Amino acid sequence: MNLGHGSGAGAASRSTIWDYANPARFMSATGRILPAASATAGGTLAVGVFWSFFLTPDDYQHGATVKIMFLHVPAALMAINGWLMMLAASLVWLVRRHHVSALAAKAAAPVGLTMTLIALATGAIWGKPAWGAYWVWDPRLTSFLVLLTFYIAYVALWEAIDNPDLAADLTSILCIVGSVFALLSRYAVLFWSQGLHQGASLSLDRESHIDNAYYVPLLVCIAGFVMSFLVLVLLRTRNEIRLRQLAVRTARRDLA
Amino acid sequence: MIPDLGTHAVAVLTAYGISAVLIFAIVVLSLLQARRAKRRLDAAEGRKSD
Amino acid sequence: MFALYLRDVRLALRSGSGTANALAFFLLLVLLVSLGVGPGREGLAAVAPGMIWVGTLLSCLFSLDRMFVPDHDDGVLEVLVTGPAPVEGIAAAKALAHWTTIGLPLTAASPFFAYLFSLPAGAYPWLVLSIAMGTPALSFIGMFSAALTFPLRRGSLLLSLLVLPMYLPTLILGVQTVKLAAVGASMLPVLLFLGGVTLIAVAATPFAAAFALRANLG
Repeated sequence: MNLGHGSGAGAASRSTIWDYANPARFMSATGRILPAASATAGGTLAVGVFWSFFLTPDDYQHGATVKIMFLHVPAALMAINGWLMMLAASLVWLVRRHHVSALAAKAAAPVGLTMTLIALATGAIWGKPAWGAYWVWDPRLTSFLVLLTFYIAYVALWEAIDNPDLAADLTSILCIVGSVFALLSRYAVLFWSQGLHQGASLSLDRESHIDNAYYVPLLVCIAGFVMSFLVLVLLRTRNEIRLRQLAVRTARRDLA
Repeated sequence: MIPDLGTHAVAVLTAYGISAVLIFAIVVLSLLQARRAKRRLDAAEGRKSD
Repeated sequence: MFALYLRDVRLALRSGSGTANALAFFLLLVLLVSLGVGPGREGLAAVAPGMIWVGTLLSCLFSLDRMFVPDHDDGVLEVLVTGPAPVEGIAAAKALAHWTTIGLPLTAASPFFAYLFSLPAGAYPWLVLSIAMGTPALSFIGMFSAALTFPLRRGSLLLSLLVLPMYLPTLILGVQTVKLAAVGASMLPVLLFLGGVTLIAVAATPFAAAFALRANLG
């Protein structure tokens, strides 16, 4: 990746140089670590899931459904942390104008969305034996449904705007403002459901599950999910960078 | 091989199944996106160096 | 800025579409829900808080795509943004005009709709208060979302997709206020929270919208 490549193009805007600067270093660094990182992430996830599914004892209260916790908790954690990562990346874009940051936020959204879906599905399935219904407007589940709508809105806005820098700007400000209202929504939902579902919320009973039998595989699963999230985001960011470079080349070729 | 899941077999298996499908989906989509991006960029770079 | 506000209000009232449409839509909603739920007073009273608030939300939605698009098409928006007035002020003026022509009439009409829904009498003042306190948030958040999407062709659908998640705190708290009031419970903390959300919305969105307006027109 030739750093000087962009500076010669007369008609090209300043952004062309940015496309080849930080991104170049990003691409070479991630290209080197991605294979090993993927293997580690996949391995950890596999170990965690295998352990959770085959080797954990049944809960005295929930029976075998406690095994669902090993998927639900990590997914829920990554759903939230994914959004937080997007928020941080959006702020970096708005302040420092690093394209890699904007593209990282774009790349992370579908992964976070998937995590939210997993959290919702596993939460609902776990809810059936626990509360007798697949869906209850429990504050936690409702908040994740709200988070899903924010993810969808964010992805939709990226897709709707052609100009990549404009899209980065608008999605960044949406992420920031959206985060404020997502947070307010979380507390509003707590207010809303307190009177209706006392005691029915899916509390994680950390006290009862601090058993090593549960705690360690849960940590492994969380580690697996975190690493998988990071690997997927790195991969997708590389894709976005390549697609962006492709667009720049195509535009320049059309101008020439 | 599959542990005795008792009465909740369907629930647990469905939960693991759905999660597996979703993770598989995002991984596959990301890999396909990678292949597409690399292929098209390489083609454009190849064309440009002509 | 005040001139802009007055102009927008006058335009909206003259074309008549905004306020009249909002109220007509609300009436239609009442009719639909009543027919769906059945005439029993308990059934209607149970859905009253939610339906009135959802109706309010949706009415606000409908007028949002006219907030910036006509001015953008005429080139007026560009003149405004590059003019002497601060863009934040322009955004706030637009939102305020929207509230004056949509939110305020809805607030005034809410007791009437509450009556049609057989809302318990004790809840009326709190309903009106919650809608009065909540609709400014709806106008300002709507204004921000409109600032994001106005250049897009068929941006209305995306606008709804963006705006509804951000409406949720106001909706949840507004409904909860009325529900608590209907059973005679203390709703003051919820109402205060609702007010807080509105304050945050009114304070923050003009700046975010100004950024979006400049980006879109830049």
